[in-house]
Amino acid sequence: MLTNKYKQKGRIMFKYLKQLTSLVAMVAVLFTFTTETMAAKKSKTLKNTQKKGFVRCGVSQGLPGFSNADAAGNWTGVDVDVCRAVAAAVLGDANKVKFTPLSAKERFTALTSNEIDILSRNTTWTLSRDADIGLTFVGVNFYDGQGFMVRKNSGYSSVNDFKNGISACTNLGTTTELNMRDFFNSKGISYEPVTFEKADEVVAAYDAGRCDTYTTDKSGLAAQRIKLSSPDDHVVLPETISKEPLGPVVRQGDSVWEDIVRWSLNVMIEAEEYGVNSANADSMKTSDNPAVKRLVGAEGELGAALGLDNDWSLRIIKQVGNYGESYKRNIADTGILPDRGPNELWTKGGILYVPPAR
Amino acid sequence: MENRGITFGYGFLSQESSFDVQFSLIEFDGSHSYFRAYLVGLLNTILVSVIGIIFATIIGIVVGIARLSNNYLIKRTAAVYVEFFRNIPLLLQIFFWYFAALRALPLPQDAEPMFGVFFLTIKGFFVPAFVWNNLDIFIYSLIAAVISIIFIRIYARKKQEKDGVQTPVLSISIGLLLILPILSFLFGGVDTSIEVPVIKQLSQSGFTYEGGIKLPPELISLALALSLYTATFIAECVRAGVQGVSKGQKEAAASIGLTPNQVLKLVVMPQALRIIIPPTTNQYLNLTKNSSLAAAIAYPDLVLVFAGTALMQTGRAIEIVSITMLTYLSLSISISIFMNWYNKKIAIKEK
Repeated sequence: MLTNKYKQKGRIMFKYLKQLTSLVAMVAVLFTFTTETMAAKKSKTLKNTQKKGFVRCGVSQGLPGFSNADAAGNWTGVDVDVCRAVAAAVLGDANKVKFTPLSAKERFTALTSNEIDILSRNTTWTLSRDADIGLTFVGVNFYDGQGFMVRKNSGYSSVNDFKNGISACTNLGTTTELNMRDFFNSKGISYEPVTFEKADEVVAAYDAGRCDTYTTDKSGLAAQRIKLSSPDDHVVLPETISKEPLGPVVRQGDSVWEDIVRWSLNVMIEAEEYGVNSANADSMKTSDNPAVKRLVGAEGELGAALGLDNDWSLRIIKQVGNYGESYKRNIADTGILPDRGPNELWTKGGILYVPPAR
Repeated sequence: MENRGITFGYGFLSQESSFDVQFSLIEFDGSHSYFRAYLVGLLNTILVSVIGIIFATIIGIVVGIARLSNNYLIKRTAAVYVEFFRNIPLLLQIFFWYFAALRALPLPQDAEPMFGVFFLTIKGFFVPAFVWNNLDIFIYSLIAAVISIIFIRIYARKKQEKDGVQTPVLSISIGLLLILPILSFLFGGVDTSIEVPVIKQLSQSGFTYEGGIKLPPELISLALALSLYTATFIAECVRAGVQGVSKGQKEAAASIGLTPNQVLKLVVMPQALRIIIPPTTNQYLNLTKNSSLAAAIAYPDLVLVFAGTALMQTGRAIEIVSITMLTYLSLSISISIFMNWYNKKIAIKEK
């Protein structure tokens, strides 16, 4: 008897529940058609970021030109600027970023375990990283390749001069370790890999003479060379032994957030292509070129598709600048790599080419 | 985990690791599996722990007894050593020994040979290696010697219990340990030659040594830092143990005519050991776990090779960290079980 009563009660409850769900579904369908900020509702990361009021960004533990903190704790660098661009787009203020310095070993776990929302930390885009471990690469903000630094007085002028028994210092847990093996293996040279967790220790050990060569991405070599006791005694060999497209990474499964980060970066590059910079962005609103007008939000409804307002891209350009400005400020003017090489626009002989923002 | 697009499984252990390790007790290169990389890391951890435990024990006993010395200078020196080394964080000491050593040691081409064959350089400690013929026969002769020594000891004890006559076990043991291996050289076809490290030019300014055995500076400075740090705690255990034996025991032993050596060996040490062993076990466990700081100075231990490089290359954080934790747990428990067995063996047997 008792069980029957409960069953009946349950059935009634179930009926109510069914009605309630269909009502919710109807309302939801209605909203899909009426509101344009549905993207914001779909993206948990975007919603959380707006609620918190800052973008959580994972960066390196100090790589000049890419992500480096000064004595006052202000972060600068091209990787930092990607996060600042996202903050400008989403929150309206490029300074609303919380930076988390991460070692190469910690970086992916920090992202997948929800400690950070963007990983912008000179990270190489590879198939296994993209497909296997719950990450999505959204683009490339620096085209790099692995090289070798040696002492000038060693007389090495090419990697072909390397001999059996050479010892090579590098960072732990990077694609560098794998490339190094591929390289020495293909040349048939036996070598001694000495791997440290932190870049500063690699520099100290190489500087002391523990290793004959220091290998990492060429941009990294250029940046770390400044930290050596006498930078002029060292030289980066001309050969590049790998492709290292570095770019920002987000968690897999939040396609709206992924789009926001991707297009924040793309807008910076496209702004440079169309000659829009932080100084002239406002005046470009009256430009004759529709592509330029779309970039500064004077035409089209591009922001809405991302769940943002229409000035998002204008804020990025005004507060952070275009890619060229960011490169000049962080990498060229600091003397790290004055020559842009492949990181020049496709129209100027480089390989920076982004899909159109329209 | 599924939400975040993470897959779970231990299948990666059989995949090709495709990275190299600078120092390994077993043959390893990138064509071997991640499981073998795990073994490489594990063996390196065990190696540095064993070296550390041996040296920490020796230094600890010497310093612990020195602290009880009647000589003011020896006593104070030991006390200063203990207070200095146990009060500085271990990681800083490891950095100090590593980077200070790197700064102080000569480049390979400037190294002065010690006894003509040892070269201590910034790239490592190069020592001569033995090249063996019929090594197995030599090892069998050693095993035979050890087994016969055990039997002689048992016989000697029985004889002493029966007739009260002491047999010079120590000299017989040393004799056996020398004679049997020498016989294996003379009649067993055992042959050995020494391979001395030879300097090799890598570039106009870079040199290294070839041949012999190379101990990387990372291993040396890590073992040094671990032993010096842990020895301070062991020294205090030893001091506590010896002081814990009451004065009356020594006086009573002396009054029945035992020599000072016999007093120490037969009366003081057996009682002191009971106090020393349990806290020393803790120190051994600490040393083993502290060896994981190796990652800071590029010594390829379990944390650096497996929970570092392998974790990064596979992205299998949960699997690898769980295996690593279980491994440290098993290592610690094994040490603990062994020390508890030893403790029980030397404990008072109430009859």
